[in-house]
Amino acid sequence: MVKGIEKYGIPVVHICTVVPISRTIGANRIVPAVGIPYPLGDPTQGEDESRKIREKLVTRALKALETPVDEQTVFEKDEW
Amino acid sequence: MAAYKIVHYINQFFGGIGGEDMADYKPEVREEVIGPGLALKAGLGEDFEIAATVICGDNYFGENLDEATDTIIEMVKKYQPDVFVAGPAFNAGRYGVACGTICKAVEERLGIPVLSGMYEENPGADMFKQDVILVKTGNSAATMRKAVPKLVGLIKKMVAGEEILGPSIEGYLERGIRVNYFAKERGSERGICMLVKKMKGEEFETDLPMPKFDRVSPAKAVEDMKAARIAVVTSGGIVPLGNPDHIESSNATKFGEYTIEGMDAMSREDYMTIHGGYDRQFVLENPNLVIPLDVLREKEKNGEIGSLLPYFASTTGTGTATNSAARFGDEIGKKFIEEGVDAVILTST
Repeated sequence: MVKGIEKYGIPVVHICTVVPISRTIGANRIVPAVGIPYPLGDPTQGEDESRKIREKLVTRALKALETPVDEQTVFEKDEW
Repeated sequence: MAAYKIVHYINQFFGGIGGEDMADYKPEVREEVIGPGLALKAGLGEDFEIAATVICGDNYFGENLDEATDTIIEMVKKYQPDVFVAGPAFNAGRYGVACGTICKAVEERLGIPVLSGMYEENPGADMFKQDVILVKTGNSAATMRKAVPKLVGLIKKMVAGEEILGPSIEGYLERGIRVNYFAKERGSERGICMLVKKMKGEEFETDLPMPKFDRVSPAKAVEDMKAARIAVVTSGGIVPLGNPDHIESSNATKFGEYTIEGMDAMSREDYMTIHGGYDRQFVLENPNLVIPLDVLREKEKNGEIGSLLPYFASTTGTGTATNSAARFGDEIGKKFIEEGVDAVILTST
């Protein structure tokens, strides 16, 4: 789906838990997610903490969309 | 008298009618052996006869698919052949599609074994290799001589009802079919043997070839996020309660588009997940874990992003065929262009 959309020239950031799969299928901007049953957040740490994690990942995903890339890039950190 | 009958399909060019100027030629049946049929006949020997040759222009076939198919089916039926052969089409695209289409129809409607051949990059190959045995040929008719023994071998097996072996042995295009068999060595031994060969730099054949994934070059970065229109897509199986579009929990054949208009967050009162590939308890409780609407809405309100598309697209990613996913992506991308979407967040569980 990532490539199907991106081929129209729309940048796609793939927030996903299993980064090697995303790499294999060819996503260009990848943000590693937290876990398979809760990609954006971590409910085991309580609702507030979970929401903070989600906020951080979405912010990183938006940054990734603003970052020019010329090859597959995994955005693992928040240093810009 | 020959024991087995064949009907052979060829285009206007191989039928000696003419080139592009004759591509509108309507289907015609001749009770003779023509063009590539001669090589086939020579290879097959006395037990076989080519009872008839059907000739049809490539453009006529392509522009009148249903009519041409129906007409040719009637022509073939009359002869009740043991095998129907089309082409080979080599790298001729329209001819390849015609060969695939007519073979598939003959097999389905008349129950007659069919065979064709073409170059692997012929567009007809990808369209029909799953349905029809397509002998692998080179990209021009000059490779006919090499193709004949493969065609002949397969035709003989078909009439004798013998088992047709794998694509690399018989020389046809891979159909993506797995056949169970008892291997002589168990998996660990085969694995070690492959590893040793690989380390020696020798050729080895994998038990499970990986699908080939094409690449799309990275789209340009968003220049002004504060003005950008953002859309959310997921493979996490988020659907309205009750799953109105009946999206499958595994091996999805469709995706849905669902509203987030006027919502500040994803609520479990409205949305659930039907994904069959992960423990759903957390997401059923809080769908924002997959569609981060709460955070995105906040960012929209405080001006970090321009706007959110008022709906998201969703399907189930588990067990879903890559070509289905590619189709969903294509349909979604097309729509997002019309909607003026600048960037997409795609979440996967």
